Amino acid sequence: MTDPSTEQLRPVAIGSDLERRDGFPKVTGTARYAYESEAASPAYCRLVQSTVARGRVDSVDTAAAEALDGVLLVRTAFDAESLETDDGELAVLQSREVAFRGQVVGMVVADTAEAALRGADLVEVAYSPAPHDVVLRTGRGDLYAPEKVNPSFETDTSDGDIDEAVATATAVLDRTYTTAMYHNNPLEPHATTAYWDGEALTVWDSTQGVHPTRAVLADLFGLDRERVRVVCPYVGGGFGSKGEPHVHVVLAAMAARAVPGRHVRLAFTRQQMFALAGYRTPTIQRMRLAADQSGRLAGIAIDVVEQTAKVKEFAEQTGVPTRMMYAAPHRSTTHRLAALDVPAPSWMRAPGECPGMFGPEVAMDELAEELGIDPVELRVRNEPEVDPESGLPWSSRNLVACLREGADRFGWADRDPRPGLREEDGWLVGTGVASSVYPVNRMADSTATIRREQGRYVVEIGAADLGTGTWTTLAQIAADALEVDVAEVTMRIGDTAYPIASVAGGSSGMTTWGSAVVNAARAFREKFGPEPPEDAEAQGSTEDNPATERFAMYAFGAQFAQARVNRDTGEVRVPRLLGVFAAGRIINPRTARSQLIGGMTMGLSMALHEQSVLDPRFGHVVNHDLAEYHIATCADVAEIEARWLEEHDPHVNPMGSKGIGEIGIVGTAAAVANAVHHATGVRVRNLPITLDKLLPALAG
Amino acid sequence: MDTAITLGVDGEVYRLTVDTRTTLLDALREQLDVTSPKKGCDHGQCGACTVLVGGRRVLACLVLAGTADGAEVTTAAGLADGDSPHPVQRAFLDNDAFQCGYCTPGQVCSAAGVLDELAAGWPSNVTADLTTEPAASRAEIAERMAGNLCRCGAYVNIVAAVEQAVEQATEQATEQAAEQTAGQARR
Repeated sequence: MTDPSTEQLRPVAIGSDLERRDGFPKVTGTARYAYESEAASPAYCRLVQSTVARGRVDSVDTAAAEALDGVLLVRTAFDAESLETDDGELAVLQSREVAFRGQVVGMVVADTAEAALRGADLVEVAYSPAPHDVVLRTGRGDLYAPEKVNPSFETDTSDGDIDEAVATATAVLDRTYTTAMYHNNPLEPHATTAYWDGEALTVWDSTQGVHPTRAVLADLFGLDRERVRVVCPYVGGGFGSKGEPHVHVVLAAMAARAVPGRHVRLAFTRQQMFALAGYRTPTIQRMRLAADQSGRLAGIAIDVVEQTAKVKEFAEQTGVPTRMMYAAPHRSTTHRLAALDVPAPSWMRAPGECPGMFGPEVAMDELAEELGIDPVELRVRNEPEVDPESGLPWSSRNLVACLREGADRFGWADRDPRPGLREEDGWLVGTGVASSVYPVNRMADSTATIRREQGRYVVEIGAADLGTGTWTTLAQIAADALEVDVAEVTMRIGDTAYPIASVAGGSSGMTTWGSAVVNAARAFREKFGPEPPEDAEAQGSTEDNPATERFAMYAFGAQFAQARVNRDTGEVRVPRLLGVFAAGRIINPRTARSQLIGGMTMGLSMALHEQSVLDPRFGHVVNHDLAEYHIATCADVAEIEARWLEEHDPHVNPMGSKGIGEIGIVGTAAAVANAVHHATGVRVRNLPITLDKLLPALAG
Repeated sequence: MDTAITLGVDGEVYRLTVDTRTTLLDALREQLDVTSPKKGCDHGQCGACTVLVGGRRVLACLVLAGTADGAEVTTAAGLADGDSPHPVQRAFLDNDAFQCGYCTPGQVCSAAGVLDELAAGWPSNVTADLTTEPAASRAEIAERMAGNLCRCGAYVNIVAAVEQAVEQATEQATEQAAEQTAGQARR
């Protein structure tokens, strides 16, 4: 008997190239985001931030702020509402201790935004500063092994004997690679409008998960979940930084509870987002590869050093992809953390895989060069028949097909592997390749309701659309599960008034929410048949997929880059990026393509532009705005093409789909770095690839 | 300190009193509840607040409302004709030139401005020959749209959308010119 968790739908609406349902409100700007929710007489909240990286608040003088016309209240650690939490990040204004520079030490609520801002300026805070420690490096004596790495992977793994493999191999590569500190920087700053009516709390919050946010708020304020409602129909980008609540939503709720009957609006400034909204830890990756003359790996190892915050631990799972990517009998991975006086790192698009496929994929390129083997061929030779880590067969693995198809489309066959040979009008030209991977994740706790309303099928689930296309793609899934035209389906998402949904994270949305919708549709049809009466209603929930016990489930891809490096200035341009992916069935080719090219664009940005520069003297990110933290602009992007293979995977979920929100950013930076090396002969192992890392070698 | 101003916004006329520290962006968003222009940085670094003032693109966060007295402001909401999207908006929809939608109203206003600037023959930083009218190449469009950041990474689709809008505008202009010529010939 077919398991209902993977019984396949007949795709009709699924696979259709439909325009986004939320398109018109977005192109006109009439879609209302969290800060813009309707409010008769809003109040405004602005924050006071610590100017020391570590220490203690001795005293605050709020008199001038409180005397300011329009100011309603000032709150500091001396008088803020008590919260129930052991989460060091969210315990805002609960203690006088300062754990990082930029930490919130006060808030001002006023009738106007201008008065709130001026009021926050007028709050005087006196500190007893203490020495701070904010510099990540490998030689620290206090590096430690966390209990688990995000979300619950083993910290270290070891199979076979890596040292023996390295000692006896024909070819050995031992190199260290680094990725920078990155900030998610969604275009919409983290924002909340909060309203307390004396009994119940309503927050319009920009979040990747209304239900998880509600759970956190209810616990913090000691409220029953029924008394907290979180609303979020549109999210102006998140990329992980809106996956877990940050202090803005807590402070907005606290402020609202202090001024009952007023809507309180709070948005981080762009600068505040560099201290308060999470970021990707910098990573230091020591890679070891041991291979025979033909390039077959005997051993692969990664030892990762990265940072966390003293205020809250987050351990990025950077070493995880090395555990399963290539066939090597001897494998070892470790993670060590330095706990610093810095803001808490958190999720950023493909935590683990994104930084964790930089070192390995550049190392593979270096090994290919050393052995005189084509880098595509080297990867093909190390294709594992089963998952090296679990020993399970793959539900589907089409990395080789992606590499072959990509090589074909990119014109790889004509490539001269020798670096630094091609020059066109003063530009050195080269090409590079890297692999992509991302697991198929399924979350627990998602339920959908389907109801017949005025002759339509109304689907309700508290899911999120971060620009990922959920408004449209869930409707496509519902249509096929109900076997009706997609035009007959109304979607309602982004509100805790609807049934519970998991966070939009780990590229799990379609698998998780889609499965709930399919189960609801099947229950609906079973109960009411093809002609349901008005108000007919059924629910369905996501269930465990027993096939996960039998198969390893991942999406794969191959990315190809062309780089041009100016011989005189070292300026790097990437005229062409091609990604070929195998990610199961694609629900909507239009929104899927956008997600994949979007990930690749962010990967290009990571390769060439992005880095948060932490000032060791003060402990803050000095380039904390969009003029100085460079993200790729329209003029930095030329041709970016994403394609996918037809892949039928009956084991992942009823749609046969794998998540695609993150895989696009995995491997891009390595492909670019490899292309830059091919162009110039210079191997840049430390991101971003800026001209200062190329010029000294080019000058020679 | 307050000052009284008159603003034309998307065809409506508003008389309002603003704090002299208030930006045009905050006046639109907070006082008039015109939330189509977005606030992404408040420092003129991201382009999300782009509106058209007297037909030219302007960053609303860098204009003090008090200095905009008498201005005619068009937002992305005002570019649409009721339920019918402006040709630039239609092109954005056709090319899926957005994801989260937050930078989109600014991109749309900026693109509308680019169309006019190209039609007027204004050069850009990548125009090779300043003595000729710039062609609406992908490089010209990407350069002119580079002040509008998109973190979702929709740039390739944005450029395609602007290309489509330029083509459509050019066709329309050619048709109008042809009609005019035909009309004159009949006379």
